[in-house]
Amino acid sequence: MPVPSPSSEPAAAAPLVALLGNPNTGKTTLFNRLTGQQARVGNYPGVTVERTTGRLALSDTLTAELLDVPGAYSLAARSPEEQITLRTLLGWDSPAPDLVVVVANATQLSRSLYLAVQLLELRFRCIVALNMIDELAEPPNTDALSAWLGAPVIPISAQQKTNLDGLTQVIRFALQGPPPPAPEVPYPVALSEDVDAVVAAMPPAWAEVPLRSRALALWALSSIGEEDELADIPPPLRAAVLAAHARGRDIDLEIISARYTFIDDHLPTQDAAADRPLADRIDRVLLHPVWGFGVFVAIMLVMFQSLFAWADPFIGLIESLVGLTGELAAGVLPPGILADLITEGIIGGVGNVIVFLPQILLLFLFIGLMEDAGYMARVAYLMDRIMRALGLQGQAFVPMLSGFACAVPAVMATRTMPSRRDRLLTMMVVPLMTCSARLPVYTLLIAALYPPSEAWGNVPVQGLMMIGLYLFSIGVSLFAAWAMSKTVLRGPAVPFLMELPPFRVPLPGNVARMMWQRARLFLSEAGGVILVCTVLLWGLLSFPQQTPLPDDAPPAAVSAWEAEQLSSSYAGQFGHAIEPVIAPLGFDWKIGVGLVGSFAAREVFVSTMGLVYGIGGEVDEESPSLRDAMRAETRSDGKPVYTPLVGMSLMIFFALACQCMSTLAVVKRETGGYAWPAFLFVYMTALAWLCSFVVYQGGRLLGLG
Amino acid sequence: MPRPLAELPLNTPATIVAVGGDRAFRRRLLEMGLLPGTTVSITNVAPLGDPLELTVRHSRLSIRRSDARAVTVQ
Repeated sequence: MPVPSPSSEPAAAAPLVALLGNPNTGKTTLFNRLTGQQARVGNYPGVTVERTTGRLALSDTLTAELLDVPGAYSLAARSPEEQITLRTLLGWDSPAPDLVVVVANATQLSRSLYLAVQLLELRFRCIVALNMIDELAEPPNTDALSAWLGAPVIPISAQQKTNLDGLTQVIRFALQGPPPPAPEVPYPVALSEDVDAVVAAMPPAWAEVPLRSRALALWALSSIGEEDELADIPPPLRAAVLAAHARGRDIDLEIISARYTFIDDHLPTQDAAADRPLADRIDRVLLHPVWGFGVFVAIMLVMFQSLFAWADPFIGLIESLVGLTGELAAGVLPPGILADLITEGIIGGVGNVIVFLPQILLLFLFIGLMEDAGYMARVAYLMDRIMRALGLQGQAFVPMLSGFACAVPAVMATRTMPSRRDRLLTMMVVPLMTCSARLPVYTLLIAALYPPSEAWGNVPVQGLMMIGLYLFSIGVSLFAAWAMSKTVLRGPAVPFLMELPPFRVPLPGNVARMMWQRARLFLSEAGGVILVCTVLLWGLLSFPQQTPLPDDAPPAAVSAWEAEQLSSSYAGQFGHAIEPVIAPLGFDWKIGVGLVGSFAAREVFVSTMGLVYGIGGEVDEESPSLRDAMRAETRSDGKPVYTPLVGMSLMIFFALACQCMSTLAVVKRETGGYAWPAFLFVYMTALAWLCSFVVYQGGRLLGLG
Repeated sequence: MPRPLAELPLNTPATIVAVGGDRAFRRRLLEMGLLPGTTVSITNVAPLGDPLELTVRHSRLSIRRSDARAVTVQ
C-alpha cells in the first residue's frame, strides 16, 4: 500500500477542503460559486480523471484550497477511476483534505445521505451542504437532521446563491473542530465477525487510524470481488474478503440495506419537491415520444450545423490573421531560412493550433448548455438503443456526431462518458467519421476525375459519390466499433444506469467556465504537440535547401523551383521511398509527398499537390489549374496517373487513414499516454492501405484501371 | 405475484422483492436505493422501446430492459 507521499507544498499550506457529492447535486455550480472565476484543472496521478481545484476565501486573511472531487454515489469501487474518491479522501496520493463538504440534493435526501453516512463512518471531519432547498415545498428541519447525523447540516441553494456566506462560516469553524461521532448503523451481528476478519488481514497503512479500520473493512467487503480491477489491494486482504463472501451470506445487501435503514428510520418525512410547473411542462415535452424526439433532432441539427458552418467564418478569420501575421513577420525579417522557419513553421504551427478553437468553443457551448440543463442525460436516454448496437452507450452519441465536423473537439467531448472503456472505444472510432477536413480532398478528386453526369434520370453522380463516402465512413466505423468491442476493448459491460435529472435553466457562468477550461486544456496540453509537429513537418519539407533563385526569376521558374525543392526535400525523399508500398494502391511518389504533407491536416493535401505539380501552393480545391495538372499528369509509360479508379482508391485512403496529427495529439492528452494514439494511427493506416489495395487491385481485375 | 421489473405496466407502482444480476451492477442498483421493500414504477419508455425510465425515491433513473430483468417486483 502506498504510504502518504510527502507534500511538495510549504508546511503552512492553506487548508484543503474537498467537495463531494452524487452527480446532479449542483456540486459544480457550488464549486464555481465558491471559488469565483479561477480554477486549476489537472489529472489525478495514474488515471485520466480530472482534478479541479480553486481558492475559497474563508475570511480576509484565511484562504482554503477547494477540491472538486468527481461525482459519486458511493465510495465503493471496482475500477481505479472509482477508487480515486477514497484515495483522495485518505490522502494516499496527495495531501489529505482537512474537511469534506458533502453536497446533498435536498429533493433526493436519502440517496445523498447514503454517501454522507460512509464519510461519517470513516471519521472524516465533514459537514453536509443541503443544496437545492429552493426546490422544496417547505424549508427542511436542518436542526433535527444535524442532531441525528452528528454533523452540521447547512441549507443552501447554489443556483440562487442562498446562504453561501453561512456555508463558508461553517466551513471555517468546522476546520478547527473534531470529527463528528460515528453513526450507529444497525449492521447484523454476523457481519461484525466478517469485519473483524478483514481488519485482521489489513496492511498497517490501512489500520493507521484505528477508528477508521472497521469502515475501511466495510469498503473492502463492498468493493473487492472476483472481477474487480482495483489497484494496490494486498493479497491477504483480498483473500480475507473473498473468504467472507464465500460463507454464503449476502454481504452487499447487508451493508447497503443497514445504511439505508439507518437513514430511512431517521428521515422525518419523505422529501417532497415543490411544484415546478414550468420545468415540469418543459420536461413533459422533452420526454414525449414524438415531440421529445423532434426537439432532440432539432437540437442536434443546430449543434452540428454550428460546428460545420457557423465555425467557418471564425476559422477563416483566424486563418487570415495568421496569414497576415506571417506576412508582417516576413516583411521585417531578412529573407532566408530563419524567416521561413518563423513564418511557415512557428506562425503556421500556432495557426494550426488556434484554428481548432472555434469548433471546440462551439461544441462545448452546446455540451455545457445541455449538461447544465440536464439534457445530456436525455440525449443518452434517447440514443442508447442505437448506440448499443455498436457496443456503446447512449452517452457516445454527441462525440460521434461531432466527429462529422472535426475529430479534435469530438475526442474532447468523450469526457462526458462515465466508463473508461466506452471513452476509449469512442475515441478510436470517431476519427473514422467524415470530418470537414476531408471534404476539400474529396471535392478536388471528384471534380477532377469524374465529369458531371447524371444517374437514374437526373441524380448528379458527383453528389452521389459524396453521399457514398459518408455512408462508407459510417459503415466502417460501425464495423470498427463492433470489432474492437469484441477484441482490444473487450471487457465487462458497464451497466447503463443513469439518473435523469429534472430540467433546470442553465447558468451562463457554468457554461462559460466549461468552454474556457476545455479551450485552455486544449491549448496547453495538445497545442504544444501540434506546434512541434508543424515545425518538424516544415523542416522535412524545406530541407535540404536548394540554391535560391534570383529575385527577378519569372513566376514559372519559381513554381518549377518550388516543385524541385519539394521533391528533393526529406519529405519528398520519403515520398519516393514509400513508393513501393503505395504503388499497389495506384499512387506514385508525388501522391506520396501529398500524403506526407497532409499529416499536418488533411486539406493541406490540396496545396501540397499544387506545389508538387509546379503550379504553386496558392491553389484550392476549386482551382481549374490544379484539376488540369492532375488530369495531364502521366506515368513513365504515358498512361495518365489519375484514372477514376486511382481517384477512388485515394478517396478511400483519405476516408480511413489517420492523417491528422492534431487528432493524435488530443487522443494522447485524453488517454494520458502514447499507446492509444499509436494504436489509432497503426490500425487506421493499415485499414486504409488494405481497403485501397482491394479497391485498386479489384478494380484492375475487373478491367476498370 | 412476483415478476421481473421489465414486465411491469407503465405507471403502476410496485414493491421490489429481490435484486439480482452481476455483482457490480447489483451493488450499484442497491446503492441507488433500489432495495427490497422500496416502491418503484416505470414512468416512461424511450421512443425506440428501450431503455426504461424508472421513478424511485423521488428520482428518475434510466435502465435497459435487459438489465431491469434482474429486479423482481410485486
